[in-house]
Amino acid sequence: MTEVLALLILLTVIAAIITVLTPNLLYSVISLGAVGFLLAIAFMFLAAPDIAIVQIGVEVVSLVILIRATLGRETQMVKVSRTVVGVAFAVAFVAVIGLFGIQVFNEFPVFGMPVMERFSDAPSATYLAQGLEETGAPNIVTAVLLDFRAWDTLGEATVLFCAALGTVAVLRRKARRFPEPGVDEQQEDETP
Amino acid sequence: MNAPDKPEPGMGMIVRTVTRWLKGPILLFGIYIVMYGHITPGGGFGGGVIIACAFILIMLALGGQSGLGVFSKAAASRFDSVGLLIFLVVGWLGTFWASGYFYANFIDTPQEAWFTLFSGGTIPVLNIALGLKVASALFLVFTVLTALQIGGSQGDSQSRAWPAPTDGGEES
Repeated sequence: MTEVLALLILLTVIAAIITVLTPNLLYSVISLGAVGFLLAIAFMFLAAPDIAIVQIGVEVVSLVILIRATLGRETQMVKVSRTVVGVAFAVAFVAVIGLFGIQVFNEFPVFGMPVMERFSDAPSATYLAQGLEETGAPNIVTAVLLDFRAWDTLGEATVLFCAALGTVAVLRRKARRFPEPGVDEQQEDETP
Repeated sequence: MNAPDKPEPGMGMIVRTVTRWLKGPILLFGIYIVMYGHITPGGGFGGGVIIACAFILIMLALGGQSGLGVFSKAAASRFDSVGLLIFLVVGWLGTFWASGYFYANFIDTPQEAWFTLFSGGTIPVLNIALGLKVASALFLVFTVLTALQIGGSQGDSQSRAWPAPTDGGEES
């Protein structure tokens, strides 16, 4: 069980590294999809089917959008020259974040240990014990998302609404009906 | 390599035929995930994403014109707003009409109704609102992004004619 999970996470990390390092944009998008689907399988192994469903769906949609955005679009590779100062900054950032990461890893609970075993007054114990009586919904994840913590879900829905609103406002066709020469290509270059 | 070279919009014959068979079951699966979100795994967000996937599949495989014929951009933006409004109104109803806190579950579920479809009080309503909202928002984002790509870089916006933009309809 843990070995399978470790293998999945190892494959995820490898796919993520390929995503960053490959020179071809399409290969990069495909391996990004591999990251998402491996993560969904990992969620299934961790007994979280709700998150796995959302992960697979969002991954499919974002992959389709990214492939539509990359296919048929000429991309230019930009050679970035590395300076000493840049490398020094990168190493310093990685060192600082790694230091914080080690600190955080020391504070982690044992793998698979629920929160209410660590803190006896955790609200999740109440949710699990009285969730069905109070909400009438056997799926405790939905009960938490849409009843106990519905305000968080309202914020999430608002974020999605604002994202769609911003996309439609920025990429609306109205402004494209009065094209000045050269404006269109410039837009194309700037949007990704 | 790409679809717009062909005279008919969309992809090849095999993809189009399979899409015609599969679009109903995919849509039905998304609706099932939304409706039964309070009993089985899933919920408004995952089900909404699957519904959006069904429309995106129609749009990609059968061409943009027929995809927008099923679910137009103006309808998508309206459903988006309506879903968020229902979500908000249910929270307000909990505040003003029922016991008095935001998102109170003001519909009681008797114990006989547990594990059935009509249970959970406001949770199915919120699930449906969220599914409507997520599906139309993702479809809207996909439509806008791909319309820009097809119309811009490939230069053959005639072969895949998108409907003329209605003035101020979806932007307002």
